[in-house]
Amino acid sequence: MKVLVAVKRVVDYNVKVRVKADNSGVDLANVKMSMNPFCEIAVEEAIRLKEKGVVTEIVVVSIGPTTAQEQLRTALALGADRAILVESAEELTSLAVAKLLKAVVDKEQPQLVILGKQAIDSDNNQTGQMLAALTGYGQGTFASKVEVSGDSVAVTREVDGGAQTVSLKLPAIITTDLRLNEPRYASLPNIMKAKKKPLEVLTPDALGVSTASTYKTVKVEAPAARSAGIKVKSVAELVEKLKNEAKVI
Amino acid sequence: MTILVIAEHDSKVLAPATLNTVAAAAKIGGDIHVLVAGQNVGAVADAAAKIAGVSKVLVADNAAYAHQLSENVAPLVAALGSGAGGTGYSHILAAATSNGKNILPRVAAQLDVDQISEIISVESADTFKRPIYAGSAIATVQSTASVKVITVRATGFDPVAGEGGSAAIEAVAAVHDAGTSSFVGEELAKSDRPELTAAKIVVSGGRGMQNGDNFKHLYTLADKLGAAVGASRAAVDAGFVPNDMQVGQTGKIVAPQLYIAVGISGAIQHLAGMKDSKVIVAINKDEEAPIFQVADYGLVADLFEAVPELSKLV
Repeated sequence: MKVLVAVKRVVDYNVKVRVKADNSGVDLANVKMSMNPFCEIAVEEAIRLKEKGVVTEIVVVSIGPTTAQEQLRTALALGADRAILVESAEELTSLAVAKLLKAVVDKEQPQLVILGKQAIDSDNNQTGQMLAALTGYGQGTFASKVEVSGDSVAVTREVDGGAQTVSLKLPAIITTDLRLNEPRYASLPNIMKAKKKPLEVLTPDALGVSTASTYKTVKVEAPAARSAGIKVKSVAELVEKLKNEAKVI
Repeated sequence: MTILVIAEHDSKVLAPATLNTVAAAAKIGGDIHVLVAGQNVGAVADAAAKIAGVSKVLVADNAAYAHQLSENVAPLVAALGSGAGGTGYSHILAAATSNGKNILPRVAAQLDVDQISEIISVESADTFKRPIYAGSAIATVQSTASVKVITVRATGFDPVAGEGGSAAIEAVAAVHDAGTSSFVGEELAKSDRPELTAAKIVVSGGRGMQNGDNFKHLYTLADKLGAAVGASRAAVDAGFVPNDMQVGQTGKIVAPQLYIAVGISGAIQHLAGMKDSKVIVAINKDEEAPIFQVADYGLVADLFEAVPELSKLV
């Protein structure tokens, strides 16, 4: 079967981002960009399903600027078969992205779509669920285990109290949690080979999707800074401070 | 304006996060209705009717809603929200729990509106604040959607009273069964300690704990303090403790009166889950650890000596 994996280009998770002085957003000029960590896990899971013989083709898709081709090439180097970039320079909401992905799903007809559970920049945690709603497919969000058998997939989900397992009819949508797998690294020969793999570039217009939104960012500010604390010398001093100064125990 | 709040529950007990979500609804202003969807949820509906400020409780009690599968609950909420079979709603709110995060974006897409995730404050009926980039920035966002679909970060709002209200309870007959998903089983962690997200004191351990056995030092301290026990991702990934104890960007968000971080370096992703705590204490033997930059009280010491001593003194 065919699997579609959605990946997003985001600021690298190690970067400490700075808010722009005019409060219009965070400063991403000359900042290291990478594939969103949850998307890496989604790519890895697709590759593992292919290695098990469950999946025959992995199509990786990204929606974003021209530079997102780098992240698609990374996915191709890891083991995806071909890539699609839906090019859009503007910042899109999760709903717009879900609508574009729905158009790609209609075109490609995958049995499984794997996405990360959230992007570490917008922290929305919406796209997979929205895509599931638009396609009418079942959703296995926050997946820590995925097992395909016949025409269904069992997904173990990380929920607040522990773990929950649901069974979904295929085709289905899965979003990955951190503990689903440990992503591999791309080897140099595979990075070279990935340059020859097909990468198709589309536009929202070509897909017939409107990306208009009902959502607007008014301003972006730095969070309130915590005032510097003190270092205590002993456990006894710590207990004394917590009891008499902070009055929290 | 009428606001629909989705009750967070496990079919038996109404979760405290519902009270924080109702508090956010009260800040928006307007009539507040609570939807309890599930199977055999009479007790939850009764508890919801007692929440201060709630005027009506809608109960959708059906086998299709057992375990609150998103595929079945989302169409129910979307239909209520758009006004099919009753009055429409101006806002639909749910707690940003794993349930709320699972169901609400599906509702938003069905209503063809954008969703606003994890708000921490209400500026006006259409403007909200929410953290982005693991809490490294706070965005003020505005929605022009006809129905505003929003998840609420519980720690951003003080809970309303769970007693004193007397809302009318009304059954919802509509049944949506998509037939695309089914519940197989669950494995829930059992604990006598307070729930992590609602605890007044949280004691958390990181990679410095070295193994799962050593967490007993934290359990002893937590039991003395009546605290919940949390963990960093490093401790969870190393298998010391189960993942539902993880505090951080991808785990639970806590804001207790006192947060004691033991053997935790303080990566951005962990800070995202606890930096709104009132008082932060760090115990770490590395005095360069970033956790000391946000700690009100820092103790540079070997945790295996400091934690047992702390347990003795409190």
